[in-house]
Amino acid sequence: MKQGRLQVGKRAGKTAGSTARNVATARAAAGGMLWISPWLAGLLLLFVIPAGYALWFSLCDYSLLSRPVYVGLENYRELLGDERVWRSGINSAVYAVASVIGATGLSLAIAVLLDMGLKGSGVVRAIVFAPTLVPVVSACVVWGWLFNQQFGLINTVIRLVTGMSPLEGPDWIGSARLAMPSLIVMSLWTIGSSLMIASAALRDVPRSLYEAASIDGMGALRRLWHVTIPMISPALLFNALMSVVWSLQVFAQPQIMTKGGPGDSTITYSMSVYAAGFVYGRMGYACALAWVQALVIFAVAGCVLLAARRFVYYRAA
Amino acid sequence: MNTAHSNPMMRIVLTGLTWLVGLLFALPLVVMVLVSIQPPGQASAGGADLVPRFDQEVMRGGEAAGPSNVVESTAASYRAVWTNPIADFPLALHNSVVVAVLGVIGMTVSSTIVAYGFSRMRWPGRDGWFLVLLVTLMVPPAVLNAPQYVVFKQLGLIGTLAPLWLPAWMGGAFSIFLLRQFFLTIPRELDEAARMDGASHLRVLLGVIVPLSGPAIITVALLQFVSLWNDFQGPLLFLTHQDQATLSLTLQQYHQQHGGTPWNHVMAASVLIVAPVLALYVAARRFFTEGVAAQTLRE
Repeated sequence: MKQGRLQVGKRAGKTAGSTARNVATARAAAGGMLWISPWLAGLLLLFVIPAGYALWFSLCDYSLLSRPVYVGLENYRELLGDERVWRSGINSAVYAVASVIGATGLSLAIAVLLDMGLKGSGVVRAIVFAPTLVPVVSACVVWGWLFNQQFGLINTVIRLVTGMSPLEGPDWIGSARLAMPSLIVMSLWTIGSSLMIASAALRDVPRSLYEAASIDGMGALRRLWHVTIPMISPALLFNALMSVVWSLQVFAQPQIMTKGGPGDSTITYSMSVYAAGFVYGRMGYACALAWVQALVIFAVAGCVLLAARRFVYYRAA
Repeated sequence: MNTAHSNPMMRIVLTGLTWLVGLLFALPLVVMVLVSIQPPGQASAGGADLVPRFDQEVMRGGEAAGPSNVVESTAASYRAVWTNPIADFPLALHNSVVVAVLGVIGMTVSSTIVAYGFSRMRWPGRDGWFLVLLVTLMVPPAVLNAPQYVVFKQLGLIGTLAPLWLPAWMGGAFSIFLLRQFFLTIPRELDEAARMDGASHLRVLLGVIVPLSGPAIITVALLQFVSLWNDFQGPLLFLTHQDQATLSLTLQQYHQQHGGTPWNHVMAASVLIVAPVLALYVAARRFFTEGVAAQTLRE
């Protein structure tokens, strides 16, 4: 950041004394604000006003059709006792924990593998990134086919291996027990961004460290644990943090693949918000749910950051 | 990890593993294409055998006058999708293109202007506002959807495509950040010389900064295109009329409204929607991966 320049500006403003200088400062500020005005407009229209609305509506009974009616903390009281909301919250938490651990671990493993300079690594890295660009609906269509109980590829392979008869095999997204694990597996298909970030971090690890560790007699696995992982821990933390924030908001995949079923087994918290606001038209309740979601996400992200201070190693700049 | 593969046997195993990873990640896309070109008979029979079969019996799919070769049957499937009476794909393509074009132009123009204000101009309060911008990057976008709907409704935008592309005209925090970082690498002497000669900020931006920032601007445009093209939640929440549906929304309806849709048709529709994005990726891979690298907010 360009701290120095700002300091100069501030000092000029304080020592100025003459009004001419203050006018110049104000004019400079106005000029700057003019240039960033598109973003300021967005900040107001898409962040500040919606957040304020959400806070106000969350204290109201508001159906979009009539004026909001103040009801105090009624919405919050209701959501605490709403079993379906709890169910969706627990589902989101399960999804988040499993997909964060899975995605961070798998992207690290693949990044390490691709960092060995083996033939085809570049192509494979490009392939692994590609799914992150696939529209989520298309991804759901093809994974729906892969998971299909009757003729999906996964069960076809299982039948080939185990000799199960046709039509037999687990109903991946159609059974309450397997639907959530299936969605988690599907989420691992889109770890491309995490992989890119882990790969970039690996490239920056000085090779001399590995050599020193080898000379000290460390095996490959111990080098991974004692050298590689500590050295790239900031990147891993970043991946885990992004992954946690995104997976706590997951909506499209369960909405398209399972509609939250069977029997609410895959309904996620964002689906509860959507149902409240856009299906049942209860904007006030939806806003209360959304505020709780935002606070939980911030709290979880904060906890991850706090916990990470013990594990993350920042190289001296 | 440069010593892990000193053993030739180990090296072969690891190379095999590398290719297996590539194969597994490519598989869903390969499946999408393969199923989409399966002839009708095979697809309706379940098509457990992934590879399309083109023997006569399957080709005809029980009908006497079915298509008789691969190209014909594939063309027939894709044509059936394009002209199906349930989901209007030509109209959806039109809507998606409108949203993408307006959104991409808006995002690149606005973000470039804002990034210039944040990087090439000196004014009090600048760094404070930039900090606010960085904070907005942390806000989980989904939690503001419901109240944003109310704002769009009050502005009279519900019932139009504007809620999808208009926000792009107010810049995006990540795009602004990415462009600002790039602008900061351009030597100051260049625009200071132009300023000395009496050029306005707008002229400096258009004459000096933009011509030197091609890669960053392309990255912003591509990322914005992909995010608008792929978006599902936005259209689902903010569009109210069937004739505004974008491709993603239309595909979802096509996929779900009738479970009886032949799989080869659903996959063909999927391929049509994925193809432009993957074509861009193949043509301009560097920009996508650089965009991701910038996410780590390295200063």
